[in-house]
Amino acid sequence: MGLLDAGIKNHNVLVTSVDNVLNWARLSSLWPMGFGLACCAIEMMATNASNYDLERFGIFPRSSPRQSDLMIVAGTVTMKMAERVIRLYEQMPEPRYVLSMGSCSNCGGPYWEHGYHVLKGVDRIIPVDVYVPGCPPRPESLIGGLMKVQELIRMEQIGISRADALKKLAEKSVDPQFVIERERKAAEA
Amino acid sequence: MEEGKVFSQSVQQSAAAYAIIHEKFGSAVSAFDANETMPFFEVLDARLWRDIALFMRDHAKLKFNYMACLTGMDYQAEEKLGIVCNLESLSLFNHRLAVKVKCERDGGFIPSVACVWHTANWHEREAYDMFGILFTGHPDFRRILCPDDWEGFPLRKDYKVQESYHGIKVPY
Amino acid sequence: MQELDTAGLGSIRVTRKDDHTVVIEKDLATEQMVLAMGPQHPSTHGVLKLECLTDGEVITQAEPFLGYLHRCFEKCCENVDYPAIVPYTDRLDYLSGMNSEFAYALAVEKLLDIEIPRRVEFIRVIVAELNRIASHLVAIGTYGIDLGAFTPFLFCFRDREIILGLLEWVSGARMLYNYIWIGGLAYDIPSDFLKRVGEFIAYFRPKTVELCNLLTKNEIFVKRTIGIGIMPAEVAINYGWSGPMLRGSGVKWDLRRNDPYSVYPELDFNVPVPDGKLSIVGDCLSRHLVRALEMEESLKIIEQCISKMPATEGFNPRSAIPKRIRPKAGEVYARAENPRGELGFYILSDGKSTKPLRCKARSSCFVNLSAMKDLSKGQLLPDLVAIIGSIDIVLGEVDR
Ligand code: SF4
Repeated sequence: MGLLDAGIKNHNVLVTSVDNVLNWARLSSLWPMGFGLACCAIEMMATNASNYDLERFGIFPRSSPRQSDLMIVAGTVTMKMAERVIRLYEQMPEPRYVLSMGSCSNCGGPYWEHGYHVLKGVDRIIPVDVYVPGCPPRPESLIGGLMKVQELIRMEQIGISRADALKKLAEKSVDPQFVIERERKAAEA
Repeated sequence: MEEGKVFSQSVQQSAAAYAIIHEKFGSAVSAFDANETMPFFEVLDARLWRDIALFMRDHAKLKFNYMACLTGMDYQAEEKLGIVCNLESLSLFNHRLAVKVKCERDGGFIPSVACVWHTANWHEREAYDMFGILFTGHPDFRRILCPDDWEGFPLRKDYKVQESYHGIKVPY
Repeated sequence: MQELDTAGLGSIRVTRKDDHTVVIEKDLATEQMVLAMGPQHPSTHGVLKLECLTDGEVITQAEPFLGYLHRCFEKCCENVDYPAIVPYTDRLDYLSGMNSEFAYALAVEKLLDIEIPRRVEFIRVIVAELNRIASHLVAIGTYGIDLGAFTPFLFCFRDREIILGLLEWVSGARMLYNYIWIGGLAYDIPSDFLKRVGEFIAYFRPKTVELCNLLTKNEIFVKRTIGIGIMPAEVAINYGWSGPMLRGSGVKWDLRRNDPYSVYPELDFNVPVPDGKLSIVGDCLSRHLVRALEMEESLKIIEQCISKMPATEGFNPRSAIPKRIRPKAGEVYARAENPRGELGFYILSDGKSTKPLRCKARSSCFVNLSAMKDLSKGQLLPDLVAIIGSIDIVLGEVDR
């Protein structure tokens, strides 16, 4: 639960745990590294720009890996680029998160079969926390992915490691097919 | 040109340009292949390619000042590699002509025309990168798209992708 | 004139002459330094690496290194059927998918020798021109960012979003459309589409003026682009430049006019070239101006298309698509005017298979970028950003 949702009972006094405050601070100023690789980067730019306005989530791209918490791998990673991506990832300070945006960085995308020079999935070289499918993902789904990252941060606590949090996140997820069918039925009725 | 067939104006222009080249170089160039989609001729003696290119660029009636495209080719059936150049006289005569040059698959080479048209510089590097065609006299000859230590020439028909690159698995 | 502080070791004088050219004089022994810019750099517009040899602030050589986004387009083409290549062409120049598809469709149609219904042609021109505006908006917006102006970017993306909405309405996708198919279109346009496009034109006309006031007339922007990266016309042609780059050098060359395709011969539009009043012909500002003016022309083209569009009841946009796309043996080089220049496709067909034997994309950015070395020689380091931005590269097309 977010800090602001917790409700303020007494005058100007907030009662919460340190974990919560820390997580709240971290998740509401996620600074991704502003580097685009391919077509998906244009959608990422569109998400940053006027209509979708990522800044309301406290997300603002930084130009340097050393100032960022989140790496959005937006686009096709090629063999030539792979080593650079690793180096950029290593330059980021801990704790760092990786969001893989688009089919290309998830699994090679349209180039999975004949693209000799394309890395088939960025998770072959760096650990990925959240995958956003699509070619390119719509800005809405990128925002959805970013909110998943926020959820992940919120779950991390003393005694709950990233791996546990990821597992819990996966358990919480709903099968989209179920949701789609439920909505369809509701529309028909 | 085949008899009795009427070609569009642009093909006729190309034919006229070809006639001038043929007059000068004679048997070093093949017959003119007139077709509507891409009229071309072939340079039979690859060693003369740069001379022909210079002639095409500088002759007062040709003035092919613009190289639109240079494509590397793998003619597997003929055991040859080659290039296709699409040339044009931009904003002067507006005629277009394509030229083909071929070389042996192993150890063959084609003279570079990077000094004639700057466009050819990167395109020849790309043709080398993709097909392994050697260009002699190129000012800066190395791979352009693939990394320098990439194995093989990807667009050759008999290319097999390498298993790993710097410890990263390449195939899916 | 600007005197740079060199701590008493000598002096460097940077003078901006009346004709806006920059002269740098120095009597200081300096050391050459190698500066790598990219592949991750906010102003290289993607994954381009530039290795600059600098002498103080002056660039002696800037060598581009490509291939960081080499996605094997040509290999993929050789392994899939003709219609399946269309989505890959989208991903070449991802800012102007419609234009890329258009060029590819033209090439295959030339090889197949088929007739296209007139309505299809008009729809194609409309979507391509809409996409051209969207692409120029990105080019102008990001050029603003490169030179330190953030607001135009937001303005441009706000308007681009409307175009994307329109294109999404016709094709179902925001950016990579797969809409123009060989011999036809994926779908007919929705019934109200032309009306909405008309509304967009009415909305967008004043916005171009706004953008012009914001950027093109902006003193800082002009100072940073005028006289930078001048390219004379002959050299530009020899480098194979095309599109706004070539027109920026004063050559009135537009494939829509000079090698007309589709219904462009019937349409009335200007080909803007800089006249040397606002800028120096061939510099970064000229190239920017050409793009800004071209948006206006595109609006004009769309308007004419709307009024000329033949309305056909029960029109089937897929009627001219052949059942099996298997061109006869032969080769073709066909091209179209992309927002960035000439996009050409060379296709070789053996007449037997449904896959091309060879398909090469001649991309405009690749060719335009190859002049980088000449363009940047002797320029100041901050101006390098202005030069790259004015070339308006899309790495997907450079590396393919
Ligand atoms: S997933 Fe699709 S849109 Fe994204 S980079 Fe890959 S090809 Fe481009």
